[in-house]
Amino acid sequence: MQIPVEGFMYPNEVELQWSVLIVLYPFLTGLVAGAFILASLERVFMVKAVKPTYRLALLTALAFLIVAPLPLQLHLGHPERSFEMYLTPHRSSAMAMFGFVYLWYLLAVLVVEIWLDYRHDIVVMSQCTTGWKRLVYRALTLGSSNISERSLHIDERVGWLVTVIGIPSAFLLHGYVGFIFGSVKANPWWSSPLMPVVFLFSAMVSGIAIVLLLYMLMCRIRREPIDMGCVDTVAKYLFYTFIIDFSLEMLDLIHRIYEADESFRSLDFMVHTRLYLSQVVIQILLGTVLPILLIGATQVLKLAEKQRKWIYVVAGCLTMIGIFAMRWNVVIGGQLFSKSFLGYTTYKMGFATREGLLTAVVLTVLPFVILWVLVKLLPPWPEKNSALSSVAVAAHGAD
Amino acid sequence: MNMTRRQLLILLPAAAVAWKSILAGTPETSPNYNMTEHWWGMLVDITKCIGCGSCVRACQMENQVPDGYFRTWVERYHVSDFDIENPKVDSPDGGKNGFPPSSFSDGKNFFVPKMCNHCADSPCTQVCPVGATFVSPDGVVLVDQKYCLGCRYCVQACPYGCRFVDPKKETAQKCTLCYHRITKGLTTACCENCPTGARQLADLKNPNDPIHEFLKTHAVQVLKPYLATRSKLFYYGLDGSVR
Repeated sequence: MQIPVEGFMYPNEVELQWSVLIVLYPFLTGLVAGAFILASLERVFMVKAVKPTYRLALLTALAFLIVAPLPLQLHLGHPERSFEMYLTPHRSSAMAMFGFVYLWYLLAVLVVEIWLDYRHDIVVMSQCTTGWKRLVYRALTLGSSNISERSLHIDERVGWLVTVIGIPSAFLLHGYVGFIFGSVKANPWWSSPLMPVVFLFSAMVSGIAIVLLLYMLMCRIRREPIDMGCVDTVAKYLFYTFIIDFSLEMLDLIHRIYEADESFRSLDFMVHTRLYLSQVVIQILLGTVLPILLIGATQVLKLAEKQRKWIYVVAGCLTMIGIFAMRWNVVIGGQLFSKSFLGYTTYKMGFATREGLLTAVVLTVLPFVILWVLVKLLPPWPEKNSALSSVAVAAHGAD
Repeated sequence: MNMTRRQLLILLPAAAVAWKSILAGTPETSPNYNMTEHWWGMLVDITKCIGCGSCVRACQMENQVPDGYFRTWVERYHVSDFDIENPKVDSPDGGKNGFPPSSFSDGKNFFVPKMCNHCADSPCTQVCPVGATFVSPDGVVLVDQKYCLGCRYCVQACPYGCRFVDPKKETAQKCTLCYHRITKGLTTACCENCPTGARQLADLKNPNDPIHEFLKTHAVQVLKPYLATRSKLFYYGLDGSVR
């Protein structure tokens, strides 16, 4: 396949090394970190208004975290050797730490927090369900069926501690993803100490937006009224985080324009040509400025409930598109220009190939399928839990 | 022997690492070659390069480099009289078959052979997640083909565009400075085949190597010195426009 090139590229640079799957990787981990930080608002910072989204945010984080390493695995030339990163990690490599940061976050933070939070429900379910479900719930109890008031209090305290540890862990997870790109000194599009911070705040933006959208969608599916106090508060946090994220990105941009080093002309040309649609139009205008204006309108104007709902849905969807475009522009954009600053190449995405569009779509849909299973298995709805408790109490009474 | 579960859990990872070490085996050795006695680099005299592409062809044959990828290549620069920041560069098929006549009548034209800079502080080895790519004790940046994951992080990290991923092996490939040859006392394929002697293999630890006299008496430069990679690919006659 002939790849169109403009100007001069070093001969080995013509073909892009990192594909759309590597775009997905920071996108998915960003959603994990953002959703977890939203959950911590309720647990650690006592923002009670967002409580209806707490469990949903945790399950969303888990669903996306399970899928996050898959694009990397599919991208590797030798995925069967990826375990070497655990056995013989190269300590100077940012990427080598991924396995450890990932495992830490998955096993020491997220799974533990979800298990502790759901332990009461799991024990109750293991007593009041039958068949294979009973087996699943019994396995999930890990042999501990003590749901006395004292043990639940311990769960609560330990869960709080895990969340406190989880906040810096979430920062580490996504800040480190930004560092993978920000530390490549060969590439001026990536090399920036701001990169981890920008990645972190954009992660929070995307994580909050996805939980907001999922909460509203699930309320609609369950024909339950949306807790407007909750979504208003979540939207408020989305707005503030977005402002910080946008400011950081603009700071980076202004700094580059003002400094105008040797790479500037090349990067500037790229932004005005090959990245114009994905960066200027989709990322900045549609995916950042417009949602900030929309949510900003809900903060300063007295809008009706229905109008606010629609604004949140539109702004949330635009935010997701904008953050995906940001990941695209970083990963793909960073490979479109030559390190000689004398030429530009083109990204040709396959369709039904290992790193093609179809694979990317499947990997994007997969977390939602996993989330659906998780929601069925561990319902995040409070009324369901209270109903279960009463069933369990009745069952105990019958015993 | 009685062993508790805890002792077994401690012992198992240690045993796994030991087993990995056994499986890795011992590296191929060359008789009479002592790695610690050498520190390899290369000298490229731009004033001597005629852009014939012999070095590229020799490298491709010697190292079975797949078509469309390059362990070494030659670039042709055209710099007009006043516009040093905007050189016109071409390298048709890596300069493998030479170059067509230049279409420019003004300014200057010259050829720049490129290859791995075998940096002592190489960004590519720094980022490799498993240490599959490394700087050997004699200063050559190599890739362990049985260990490379094919993650391509090293390709991204190389500032000089010298790495690629072999489409068949799915592992990172690059110039090995013909390690299989230099450890047997031979020179590299590209140096061997250069008709003008524009490329000279240099042993920086050998006091009798002519490189020392050359470095003392000529103004030499490395590519992208601001990146502080401690490149060992020295250029004589390098124009400021070269990237």
